[in-house]
Amino acid sequence: MSTTPGAAPALIAHELTKHFAREHEAPVTALDNVSLEARHGELTALVGPDGAGKTTLLRLAAGLLRADSGSLRVLGVDVAAHPQQVQDRISYMPQRFGLYEDLTVAENLNLYADLHGVSKAQREIRYPQLMEMTALGPFKSRLAGQLSGGMKQKLGLACTLVRSPQLLLLDEPTVGVDPLSRCELWDIVTRLVAEQSLTVVLSTAYLDEAERCRHVIMLHRGQVLSQGSPQQVAVLAEGRSFVATPEPGQSARSLQAHLLDRSDIIDAVPDGGRVRFVRGVTAAPDDLHDVSVAPRFEDGFMILLREHSDRERIATIAIAHPFAHREQETVVRVQELVKQFGAFTAVDRIDFEVRRGQIFGLLGPNGAGKTTTFRMLCGLLAPSGGDLNVAGADVRDAPASARARLGYVAQKFSLYGPLSVTENLEFFASAYGLRGERKRARIDWAMQQFELGEHARATSAQLPGGYKQRLAMAAALLHEPEILFLDEPTSGADPLARRAFWRRITALAEQGVTIIVTTHFMQEAEYCDRIAIMDSGKILAQGSPAEVRGLARSIAKPEPSMDDAFIAVVERSRGRTNESPAGVRAADSPAAA
Amino acid sequence: MAQMAVSEGSGSSSNAWASKLRRIRALVMKETRQIVRDPSSIAIGAVLPLILILLFGYGLSLDVKNVPIAVVMEFPTPEAVDFAAGFQLSPYFHPFMMRSMPPAQQQLLEHRVDGVLRIPADFSRHIAAGDAEVQLIVHGGDANRARIIEGYVQGIVGVWAARLASQGSAKPSQPVNVQARLWFNEANDSSYFLVPGLVVLVMTLIGGLLTAMVMAREWERGTLESMFVTPVRSDEILLGKTLPYFVLALFGFGLCVLSAKFLFHVPLRGSMWVLLGASMLYVLVALGIGLLISSWVKNQLVASQLTMLVTFMPAFMLSGFLFDLRSMPTVVRLITYALPARYYVALLQSVFLAGDVWSVIVPNTLILAAMAAALALGSRAVMHKALA
Repeated sequence: MSTTPGAAPALIAHELTKHFAREHEAPVTALDNVSLEARHGELTALVGPDGAGKTTLLRLAAGLLRADSGSLRVLGVDVAAHPQQVQDRISYMPQRFGLYEDLTVAENLNLYADLHGVSKAQREIRYPQLMEMTALGPFKSRLAGQLSGGMKQKLGLACTLVRSPQLLLLDEPTVGVDPLSRCELWDIVTRLVAEQSLTVVLSTAYLDEAERCRHVIMLHRGQVLSQGSPQQVAVLAEGRSFVATPEPGQSARSLQAHLLDRSDIIDAVPDGGRVRFVRGVTAAPDDLHDVSVAPRFEDGFMILLREHSDRERIATIAIAHPFAHREQETVVRVQELVKQFGAFTAVDRIDFEVRRGQIFGLLGPNGAGKTTTFRMLCGLLAPSGGDLNVAGADVRDAPASARARLGYVAQKFSLYGPLSVTENLEFFASAYGLRGERKRARIDWAMQQFELGEHARATSAQLPGGYKQRLAMAAALLHEPEILFLDEPTSGADPLARRAFWRRITALAEQGVTIIVTTHFMQEAEYCDRIAIMDSGKILAQGSPAEVRGLARSIAKPEPSMDDAFIAVVERSRGRTNESPAGVRAADSPAAA
Repeated sequence: MAQMAVSEGSGSSSNAWASKLRRIRALVMKETRQIVRDPSSIAIGAVLPLILILLFGYGLSLDVKNVPIAVVMEFPTPEAVDFAAGFQLSPYFHPFMMRSMPPAQQQLLEHRVDGVLRIPADFSRHIAAGDAEVQLIVHGGDANRARIIEGYVQGIVGVWAARLASQGSAKPSQPVNVQARLWFNEANDSSYFLVPGLVVLVMTLIGGLLTAMVMAREWERGTLESMFVTPVRSDEILLGKTLPYFVLALFGFGLCVLSAKFLFHVPLRGSMWVLLGASMLYVLVALGIGLLISSWVKNQLVASQLTMLVTFMPAFMLSGFLFDLRSMPTVVRLITYALPARYYVALLQSVFLAGDVWSVIVPNTLILAAMAAALALGSRAVMHKALA
């Protein structure tokens, strides 16, 4: 191995600053005077929400961008002056790994092996190892475009490992990937670090992943909030982390909402039927039935985040005309729903029911069929088979009347970028047929409830992420729908924005709005009344979060998390259909953490 | 897992060249596979040339034939009937016989006929006197066409008068006899110059449009980002793109030349080698433009629009393939000097129709070569392994 452990760090950034110019607008500061380092033979994580500067930093390190000021040395080389020298020695996997989808698995690997100058003899040793590691062996002659999301990520990783890089840069390798593939990817990376002291710098938006790294650098809006071991961050919450159990008859969600509203509590999340929360420093003992627990990385992260961002306030919401809560009334009924695109079955005979005022969560990795299901529910896509009943109307017969009673927030929020906040609201109000007095009243309601006043004149393209999400939600609620569909609303949002989002969602549900939401954050399932786990077009399990978690309960894991449940359910189903050798892999590799 | 250390071979320059060649070969292979598997490249590379060949060869014709014309015979004397028969027998006219002017004028107004030929009632009497006249009214909407029709009518009148004179039945006033000959396009067949022009369009499409699109696609799909962080150099990426499309463009060229020769029987009077050499140069120029555009524009839609605007449309309209360059306004004519297609069309028309005219071939080839070299250097300079 040509690395020299113990020498200078593999990556040193000193006062690095990078701006991006924008048309007609002030430039964005992606990195603001950032100084950090990553050591040889270690796993370093860059943690932060979208827009924190993670990707910019990795691209600078890969010699793909030039900093405006500051210095960056990678493997002892000034990367701005000699990018090729660095590129000869490192491997880099961008967020959307550039696999050639019309080439097969083997052809993609060969291309990268050729580009890296790996000889035939070396390949004969290397390829079997990569195949063993990624379990892609049986799919060598399959086109990369026909692999599942998780398999694509693994192939991308294999392409960066055709030879041993002196530094491996991974940009959000696990985003949007199912929990099972996430686990497998992490196993691969941690094994490489442990067994071959590979140096890895990766970025992630999943806080639980940061805990598995030796060195964590927290980025927030282009600045470093902290760097050190994950324990150093967790320790900030020492003596402040608690778990409270809801009263009988109270849901974890409403206890969590109640705690989150208190000013002396920094953070609260539903967790396995209970609520995990972090007290502010000034917290006095009180009547909560709580138990002190060991702090985790996320607790410390939230404390730091709260100190650095005052903009995102967690607020509730009140709708003008709450819907009567009749618990037993079914508002969405889906039976034997099928959608085929040519020979490909995107949704394969799924059934579920949602009652009024419930939060129903569809969970699953990218490509599971969640968005397709949503589009059929909203009447945007004709089903190939099955029955669909939304708000008392058969969507196939009367999509228009059903559509008037539902609101839809699309993935990435379909807002009109060049229109201002108020213009967007005006447009959506008119599109829903609101006029005159009612239109004005509804827009005033939206501006006030979603706290949109601050940027009312800004165009929606200029808005920060959390604000955009609020505007999209406000637009979808203008016509007072009884059912609200939200497709991946929290993807890429920072944890605070996600808390704020769920606080509003729980408030809406309490006022009788039925919510159907998709997410790939498994922990967010805890906010739902019922969830369904989807994978490759099928619903593999459904029930309350507790019921689904219960499916994974074993002697080894008496208190499984939602991730564990997902993995167990998917492995069981894939094992049954014998589609993927993933089950074999998981059996012979104990968790590497 | 076993130890996976791989020692990088480095050092001597021959070694460096060997790995450079290996990288280029890998990129060419990758690109070739993609072309073969991607239906859209096949469509632009092979199907589109075929469609253009058929469209231009059979569909588009600039020839004036079968012109609908109203022939008004006010009084059917034997001379008048004999005269009108000349139109009925001509392949250039499709006459409609009429007896009076008003319906003929109406037909002309509705543009059902392109012209009206009036044979007056006293036609025979005037022939005897030697001062016969016919009236011709032509629809002037398309001035070029009108002039051609006028010429055709005069031709028929001339032939008829000559025949009459030889029979000695009249004294025709035709002291001078014009013997016209068309050079280079003896049959006055527009496929003679349309089909060579077609070669320009096909080369432009494959060289410019296809490369700009595939390069923009790599930007869009993020495939370049991961490739940049390897030992690959930017000139290797450019070569890896250029070579397969160069071959594909020559394939399209072959299709055009074969169809020109065997389908439309356009003569190839110059040498095949000059034609091939000039075409290779032009493909290089088109590839250079495509690559240059795609290094600025990283979006397939914009890249294709821009390439259409910068290469295809000018090649169509300003290259001298459809419209005569000398009759263009000065400003537009000056612009055409910047267009590579102009020089290629000059070369093609010369090689196909006139033969190896070296005074045409040499300067045009030199200009194309200079352009190819400038574009190659230009795209090399613009292509950085960096994200904007």
